Amino acid sequence: MGASAIAQGLFRETPEPTLIGGRHRDTGRVVFPCPDDAARWEAIDLPRRGTLWSWTVQRFRPKSPPYIGPEDFTPFAIGYVELPGATIVETQIVGADFDSLTIGMAMKLVTTDFAAAANGDAIRLYAFTPTTEA
Amino acid sequence: MQDVYIVGIGIHPFGRTEGLSGLQQGANAARAAMADAGLAWPDMQFGFGGSDSAGNADTIVNELGLTGLPFINVKNGCATGGSALIGSWQAIASGAHDVGIAIGFDKHPRGAFNAMPAEYSLPEWYGEAGFMVTTQFFAMKLQRYMALHGISPTSLGRVAEKAFRNAVHADHAWRRSPVDLDTILNAPMISDPLTKYMFCSPAEGGVALVLASAKKARELGRDQVRIKAAVIRTRPPGSFEVFAPSMDIERGGAPTLLASKAAYEMAGIGPEDVDLAQLQDTESGAEIMHMAENGFCADGDQEEWLANGWTNIDGRLPVNTDGGCLACGEPIGASGLRQVYENALQLRGLGGGRQVPGDPRTAYSHVYGAPGISGVTILER
Repeated sequence: MGASAIAQGLFRETPEPTLIGGRHRDTGRVVFPCPDDAARWEAIDLPRRGTLWSWTVQRFRPKSPPYIGPEDFTPFAIGYVELPGATIVETQIVGADFDSLTIGMAMKLVTTDFAAAANGDAIRLYAFTPTTEA
Repeated sequence: MQDVYIVGIGIHPFGRTEGLSGLQQGANAARAAMADAGLAWPDMQFGFGGSDSAGNADTIVNELGLTGLPFINVKNGCATGGSALIGSWQAIASGAHDVGIAIGFDKHPRGAFNAMPAEYSLPEWYGEAGFMVTTQFFAMKLQRYMALHGISPTSLGRVAEKAFRNAVHADHAWRRSPVDLDTILNAPMISDPLTKYMFCSPAEGGVALVLASAKKARELGRDQVRIKAAVIRTRPPGSFEVFAPSMDIERGGAPTLLASKAAYEMAGIGPEDVDLAQLQDTESGAEIMHMAENGFCADGDQEEWLANGWTNIDGRLPVNTDGGCLACGEPIGASGLRQVYENALQLRGLGGGRQVPGDPRTAYSHVYGAPGISGVTILER
C-alpha cells in the first residue's frame, strides 16, 4: 500500500522533509502554507528545525467532517513551532510524551501517516518531533 | 451624538429548552424586554439582531408582529450580540430613532463547536488534520501565557469555582450547582491545561435589550442606565487568533486591547473607575487573560487577585457575576447581550443573591470571538 500527502504544495519529502511557505514579494512577510497567489507570494523552503512556542493535547476526537483521522481515537499533541527567521507554524507533535512537552524545546520536521484513505493508502501529514540534535 | 439608555431588559434562560427554536427563545426575550420597558412591539422603530446557528434574526417578525419595522441581521461570531447593540446604539445616538431593540439568540447542537475550513477561508487539509477545534486555540494561548506570566492551574480552577458559585443565584444560568476546587482541578483534561469544568459548553438562549433616547427614557421613567461606550474592533497585526496555520514571529497586540482602549476613551474613564465587569470566559484562562487585556491588572497579577478573591461578588472588582459563559453556557448570538443584561440588572440593584454590594455605578462588558474581534460596552447609572 502506498501513501499520499494530505494536500499538494504543503511539504516535500526529499531529500529531507521540508515545509513550503510563502514569502510576500513586497513586504518579505513569511506565512505557511504558501497562498495560492503567485503574483504576490513566492514559494520558499522553511527551516526544518525550530522551538516549541506553545502546545496542548487534543483529548477528544474532533468532529468528522472535517477530521479524517482514525475512528479509533488516540489523543495527540499539537503545537506551534517557531521556525527562526521565518514564521510560527501550527503542527501535530509526534514521538513525544505529553508530560515532556516544554515551551522552548528543540523540534524538527518529520512526516506522519496519521490517517488512511478509503483504498487503504496512508494519508501523510507534516509533523514536528522533539530533537536533541544541535 | 445624543445619550442612549437601556430602558428594558429581557432574557430567555440559557442552557437547553427542548421544543423551542432559538428564534422563539429570542422572541421570548424580546417580549420580556419590552414588558420591562412598558412598551410593545409596535413601539419598536427598528431592530438589530443575530444568531450564529439558529437562523436569520429578521424572521422574528413572524413571532412578534408584521409592523414593517426595519430589522438588520448581524452575524459577527461571538461578537454578534455586541454588534447588534452597537448598531442599535448608533441608530439612537445619531438621532435617527427614539427607541428600538437589540436581540441575540442561538441554539447549538451538543458537543464541541464544529467549524468548517471554508467558512474561515482555510484549505480543506487544515480541518482534515484535526486543527479546526476552537478549544486547541484557547488552550495554546493560555499555555504560553501561563509560562510567560506565572499563572498556576489552581488559578484556572478558582475562576471556574467562582463561576458556578455565582450562578447559584442567577435564574438564567444553566449550571447552578457549586463545584469545589478539587473536583474542577482533578476532572478529565479536555485540552491541556484545561479540564472539563474550565470550558464553557455550546448552549441555547436569548437576550433582548430595548434602547431609547434620553427624552424617551425620561417619558418611560427608565432613565437610570446609560450606555457610556459601545465599541467593536477587529484584530491588529501580530495578534494570536483561532484557526491560524501560521503566525508572525514578531508578536503584536490583540483586538481586545484596541476595543478596551477605545471604550475607555469614549466613556472618559479608566479601568480603576469600573465597579464590576463581565469578561469573555469561554474557558477559565480566557477570563484571566482578559483581566489584563482590559486593563484591570498587570500580566501575572491575576495569581494574587484570585488567591485573595478580588473578583468575587464582594471583591474589589466582581467579574462574571452571573457565572459567565462557564456557568451559563455559550449560545454564540446571545452571550454578548447577556453580559449587558447582567450589568444593567446589577446597576439597577436587582441582582438578588448575586447583587454586587456598595451601590455600583459603572459596569463593563467584553466579548472576544473568531477570527479576532472584540466588543466592549460600558454602562453607567
